[in-house]
Amino acid sequence: MQNRRTYEEINQKISSGRAVVLTASEVSELSKTLSPTEIFRKVDVVTTATFGPMCSSGMFINVGHTRPPMRMEQILLNQVPVYGGIAAVDAYIGATSESENRPGYGGAHVIEELIAGKEVEIDSLAKGTDCYPRKSFNGKISKHTVNEMILFNPRNAYQNYAAAVNTSDRTLYTYMGMLLPRLGNLTYSTSGELSPLLNDPWLRTIGVGTRIFLGGAQGFVTGRGTQFRTDVERNDHSIPLKNAATLAVTGNAKEMDTAYIRAAYFEKYGVSLFVGIGIPVPVLDEDMAARVSIRNEQIETSIADYASPAHEELGRVNYRQLQSGSLRLKGKKVRTAPMSSLPVARRIAGVLAEEIRQGKFFLTQPVEALA
Amino acid sequence: MKKKFVLTFPPESTNEPVTCRLIRDFGLDINILRAEINAGQEGKLLLEISSTKENLDKGLGYLESRMITWEPVAEKIHFHQDPCIHCGSCTAVCFSGALEMDRLTRELVFTPEKCIACGLCPSACPLRLFTLEFAV
Repeated sequence: MQNRRTYEEINQKISSGRAVVLTASEVSELSKTLSPTEIFRKVDVVTTATFGPMCSSGMFINVGHTRPPMRMEQILLNQVPVYGGIAAVDAYIGATSESENRPGYGGAHVIEELIAGKEVEIDSLAKGTDCYPRKSFNGKISKHTVNEMILFNPRNAYQNYAAAVNTSDRTLYTYMGMLLPRLGNLTYSTSGELSPLLNDPWLRTIGVGTRIFLGGAQGFVTGRGTQFRTDVERNDHSIPLKNAATLAVTGNAKEMDTAYIRAAYFEKYGVSLFVGIGIPVPVLDEDMAARVSIRNEQIETSIADYASPAHEELGRVNYRQLQSGSLRLKGKKVRTAPMSSLPVARRIAGVLAEEIRQGKFFLTQPVEALA
Repeated sequence: MKKKFVLTFPPESTNEPVTCRLIRDFGLDINILRAEINAGQEGKLLLEISSTKENLDKGLGYLESRMITWEPVAEKIHFHQDPCIHCGSCTAVCFSGALEMDRLTRELVFTPEKCIACGLCPSACPLRLFTLEFAV
């Protein structure tokens, strides 16, 4: 019996419809009765997924040339400022960019509407040059009229994230939701045992060039995300106990689906984008089989107090406790609530597993490791 | 008439027996639906008040004189369910238990009968799917 399998072998199995593909939740359940050796023998690929608010996201768009041509400098899409400091009709729609005139509306909403096929109003200005004489343009664009829509997210899929509480006397409005005073609640993100980077904690299989499910389309990991860290404390299961690795990802937004890309507005914080990411993890050997067997009770994170400027750590908690709905903290029963959608993450893991089984999605060996 | 109000207390006025005075001095019938009061800290009180309009106005005037702000509370929450992505953000603020995550499916379950229309979920929902419906 071989104790290793290669990417080529897995892809051959996918081609011939023989690959055994399970979701990370299914494997976590199996791991209660099967050893990593047995899981390695049975399973070829495990699908992981997450659907959470990821603020550091955005989309490159090429709106197409006007006549006469124009190098758009200041650009508004549905009154949301987007970055026009690239040539000539390229722009970058930052997810968190907000409209001055429409409270609670921003880049994420523009991205969602463009993916949905809706028309978006463009207003742009330029100084005008000999090669680009036009100085202003107003009109409508949609995914059917623009040249490209390329989602490019510099920091997604955080490998673990600290849970948030508030010990102060007033409600705090944060990207982790409304944190009620005096430990009135606790919010957490990540999909726990289903989360991509928690199933490959040392990033053995997820690297530059890894093909992923991104917003309903096939996308790719382009490299480390911003604020990528590996030097954080880990528990006995190699799980980093707070925010650690991140991914930069890209994909063709024209092929995406608003079921997996949704705009959000967090009260008194601002606009963000829910991004659906699914990543297949090849079970290359027993070590990877053990990694994908990770269960919620083995995944811990720290609890950060958003009332203190440095987000003081108040303790540690595991995802089984977090998903139970309440826990005890400083002698008090505290309600726990997720910020990322587990049902949609499960759906993504299921869709991705099915695509692999049907031979529509193949695995890629990283061109280069991230860590 | 019967109406719900959320009272917000500045830290310095929580030492006064405000609810007692509303009942005794202004003849208001008061049902306390939710209270978050701590001496020396900002507090919130959700009240259902039954009284004549005249007494109610006097009682609300008294609150203003004590720097206590009040807001009428909607009678009902409308939940626009279809676009819900089941992120769970609203369950973080729902104290009445009307919004909870199903233990198995992890989907949001809304039980309107438990809702006290406290008004927190419209702000907590990142997709803005809750709206307050005021009784006329």
